[in-house]
Amino acid sequence: MGVLTDNLPLFLGGFRTTVLLFAVAAVASLVFGTILAMLRVSPVPILRGLGTLYVTVVRNTPLTLVFLFFIFAYPLLEIVKLSYFTGAVVALSVYTSAFVCEVVRSGINTVPVGQAEAARALGLNFGQILGSVVLPQAIRAVAPPMMSTLIALLKNSTIAAGFSVAEAGAIRQVLSEKGENQLLALIWVAVGFILLVMVLTLVQRALEKRWSRAR
Amino acid sequence: MTASTTAPPMIRMASVQKHFGPLHVLKDIDLEVPKGQVVVVLGPSGSGKSTLCRAINRLEPVDSGVIEVDGRPIPQEGRELARLRAEVGMVFQSFNLFAHKTILENVMLAPVKVRRQPAAEVRKSALELLERVGITNQADKYPAQLSGGQQQRAAIARALAMRPKVMLFDEPTSALDPEMVQEVLDVMTGLAADGMTMLVVTHEMGFARKAASRVVFMSEGEIVEDSTPEAFFTAPKSTRAKDFLGKILTH
Ligand SMILES: Nc1ncnc2c1ncn2[C@@H]1O[C@H](COP(=O)(O)OP(=O)(O)OP(=O)(O)O)[C@@H](O)[C@H]1O
Ligand SMILES: [Mg+2]
Repeated sequence: MGVLTDNLPLFLGGFRTTVLLFAVAAVASLVFGTILAMLRVSPVPILRGLGTLYVTVVRNTPLTLVFLFFIFAYPLLEIVKLSYFTGAVVALSVYTSAFVCEVVRSGINTVPVGQAEAARALGLNFGQILGSVVLPQAIRAVAPPMMSTLIALLKNSTIAAGFSVAEAGAIRQVLSEKGENQLLALIWVAVGFILLVMVLTLVQRALEKRWSRAR
Repeated sequence: MTASTTAPPMIRMASVQKHFGPLHVLKDIDLEVPKGQVVVVLGPSGSGKSTLCRAINRLEPVDSGVIEVDGRPIPQEGRELARLRAEVGMVFQSFNLFAHKTILENVMLAPVKVRRQPAAEVRKSALELLERVGITNQADKYPAQLSGGQQQRAAIARALAMRPKVMLFDEPTSALDPEMVQEVLDVMTGLAADGMTMLVVTHEMGFARKAASRVVFMSEGEIVEDSTPEAFFTAPKSTRAKDFLGKILTH
């Protein structure tokens, strides 16, 4: 308990950054991943190709490499300067959205074709069919795998510690420099992550319960 | 009858051909449905009835031939086609109500999204339609909470919400338990009596006799007979129609 109570501000600050990093990257990944999924089911071959290319490239690249790119290679392009935090958000979002895309796409495949057909017969256009009929049902169908993807994002966010972002993954290093017990420090960090994952799981349960009527 | 010589038919198909790979499913189809008529399409399984029905709003594009709705050829994929579909109501065998929306939301969706009518107005007419099909008390339930018959009546209300010029029905009662067939047929009979132009694929001979202006019999992708219900049921001309009726009536 000593390690935790003696260094409470350090722990709280670290987890605050983790939660922030996670929240921003999660929203960005969900939005961008869903757009990618729409590309992948689009009737336009070029858009489909772009979506597939993105997913194939990003899913097969190690996350550390994506981080290295945005922290060290991207600045050489001299476009918009990113802080370490923003760089980490971008790297995590770029990576996670490929996985979100595949989850959403698998959800789209569970929606019976009759649903889109009925919408087409009523005169809805492609965007309206996806937005009002197919995606809402697809996302309801994939709440568990989507939450797994978000939990992976939460855990992956600790890689940012290696790139000068003071999130929870960086707590151990600070404490080791202060000469604290590293084993205890790591255990407390792990407990923090377990608590966060439990929160996500509760959110998932609540959503599933709410959506169960409508399927 | 004099009006029909000047006004275009609601549906006109001329020399329509359709293949699924090597399978020739619509063979040189010529069919006209004048305004206000109820045409029942009969035929054995696989004869192309659904394909014919779905070709009219281009859910199934055809290979060649003319298809016109209210005097206008059906457009290519795009905004114009969506507009045409909005004017052609369709009811499916499997209802296809939007599973994540309540019955009222199902009925309101298209008028709000496609016609951009104000929600309050749409809500009012949606409730009137639910009353017309007899399921006002189900308005806030989800489709899965309704019986098949109630779902199909909701689906009819959803199609009517767009105030279509013509309604297409593809075996609307085939997925229903027998005790629920009549409630759906009653709604359809009411629509027919109100003067709605309808094309109905069905095996319900009672409905055909009672509500149909004409019966069209299809077999192997062709229209084999096109006559009044009276003539078709009492004196079918082709052997294929006789065989078909023999099978249906002994069932
Ligand atoms: N999407 C498709 N791809 C390939 N073949 C198809 C497709 N849809 C229908 N067919 C075939 O086309 C033929 C006509 O089908 P259609 O569904 O129009 O028949 P139907 O008269 O409605 O039959 P049923 O009474 O069984 O509904 C059938 O042989 C069917 O197997
Ligand atoms: Mg059919």
